Amino acid sequence: MAKRRGLWGQAVQRILDSKVALGCILMILFFLVVAFSAQFLGFAESWNVPIAGPYVEPGFGRGFKFLLGTDFLGRSVIYKVIQGTRVALSVGIVTAFLSAPIGIFFGCVAGYFGGWIDDLIVWFITTLSSIPSILLLIAISYTLGRGMTAVYIALTATSWISLARILRGEVLKHKRREYLVAAESLGATHANRIFKHLLPNVSHQVILSMSFMIEFAIRSEVLLSYLGLGVQDLPSWGKMIDDAKGELSAGRWWQLTGATCAMFLLMFAINVLGDYLRDALDPKAGI
Amino acid sequence: MWAYFIRRLIYSIPIMFGVALVVFTLFNLVGGDPAQMMVGKHATAERIAAVRAELGLDQPLIVQFGDYLKQIVTFDFGKSYTTREVIREKIWNGIWPTLSLSIPAFFITAFLSITIGLVVSYYRGRWIDRFSLVLFVLLMSLPGLAYILFGQYVLAHQLHLFPISGYSSEWPERINYLALPVLISVLLNLGSDIRFFRNSMIEEINQDYVRTARAKGLEEKWVYLKHVLKNSMIPVITYVVIQIPYLVLGSILLESFFSIPGIGGMTVDAVNNSDFPVLKAMTTVISLIYIITTLFTDILYRLVDPRMSLGKRG
Repeated sequence: MAKRRGLWGQAVQRILDSKVALGCILMILFFLVVAFSAQFLGFAESWNVPIAGPYVEPGFGRGFKFLLGTDFLGRSVIYKVIQGTRVALSVGIVTAFLSAPIGIFFGCVAGYFGGWIDDLIVWFITTLSSIPSILLLIAISYTLGRGMTAVYIALTATSWISLARILRGEVLKHKRREYLVAAESLGATHANRIFKHLLPNVSHQVILSMSFMIEFAIRSEVLLSYLGLGVQDLPSWGKMIDDAKGELSAGRWWQLTGATCAMFLLMFAINVLGDYLRDALDPKAGI
Repeated sequence: MWAYFIRRLIYSIPIMFGVALVVFTLFNLVGGDPAQMMVGKHATAERIAAVRAELGLDQPLIVQFGDYLKQIVTFDFGKSYTTREVIREKIWNGIWPTLSLSIPAFFITAFLSITIGLVVSYYRGRWIDRFSLVLFVLLMSLPGLAYILFGQYVLAHQLHLFPISGYSSEWPERINYLALPVLISVLLNLGSDIRFFRNSMIEEINQDYVRTARAKGLEEKWVYLKHVLKNSMIPVITYVVIQIPYLVLGSILLESFFSIPGIGGMTVDAVNNSDFPVLKAMTTVISLIYIITTLFTDILYRLVDPRMSLGKRG
């Protein structure tokens, strides 16, 4: 038998072995670097400064800021795309890191304790998932008022539900396993048993869910921006694509293309990496 | 069976109450003053007070919640704030255009994705499988808005293959208007559906009974057609069935871009006009329809597959 590695060790090895998965990681890193460096390289503010007349066509000759031309106010489209990347990534990451703990808590507690606690949490989860997530999203961001905070809260409120449901099911499966009974007989507290013993064994579900949450958040941000409920004073991909609906008939394709390509590349990388992660974390695969 | 039906019906009452509670909390407690939101920033105090009185917002919360529950039971949600239409009729009229877009799209997507999923999983690991996997991930990574704009601009505006947008209440003409949105809707969902079906079929192929069938010398083709196909239909059908409740909601983007007067387009209008009563009623009604449709699909499911029972849910 080969050297035994844990689930995570094996998963990391499988991901590193695959060129495609590595490529996706590099792509996501690239987006992250672009988003963070924008702050330091001065793009962060300059998207809002007109650099030329309106609707300058894209071209390579005039330098980086003209790479994707200008918009109706003469602002650089490539700067707007970069700014949009920051918005998209922050929406995705903040949502995932806010909803994961909520989902973990409710999922584990419901599955672990059972009884009326479980009934109550399941009732709450079922209630929330009976409101189609798009409507819940719209309702929350509408009632909280437009803006970034409302978007974070709305996305978090809709994203934790599926993770909680999945984890509850997983915890129910694990609850009677020997290792938990052993922990109990050694006198481990409830919190200890849940977070130290149970959670590591279901944590791969958390990672997978988080990759879906990021994707869902970025997609939803586009929809909310279109409805005018999204980010207000920063350019986002959704707003850019929405702006472009009038420009296209005049042959001004660059703003649409820029935002669509950026979003497409990021979504593609997240989707493919999510797939590889799922395969890599599947204990049945590759024995 | 009847016992199950009644149990399931009773089970959905607390869920409906929960939805009412969540919607009420959102719209009447969490949000700012809806009257203020509706009349705008520059309205006079009397104007705001009048709107508050009209919506019953000057009552104590418990009375407001009682009124809201009464609205749900009697299905009378009052009038739209902007258009003064009766909301019940507005929603009723909106459901049919939505369904005439979402139902054909749903069936075409299900048919295509199950067929392609079958073919692709049969050729798993070969070039046709790899190629289509890449293609479908590409399809599902493109933003929905990009499909719509591309379709409207290239297929409708430049090539004149379809009308750019519009809707007709007469049937043969309606097909003409719905063709492009249906096509886009199918493309939007195809990628993820095929991937799901492919994966669940391949999961079935890795089961022990398939190995047994192979071991006893059955030809691969027959293993697939006789054993795998039948068993892999369970997750496939489940996946298709759980999408049914969403048909009523339709697609917000498609309806608003193609000017289809359905539920999705109405939602956009309600948000744009800050039409608080319509948005609240819409969220409530769609969620209730969702719960009822889920109830019926569960019962249908139970009829088809007797192993399913209420106790095993979740």
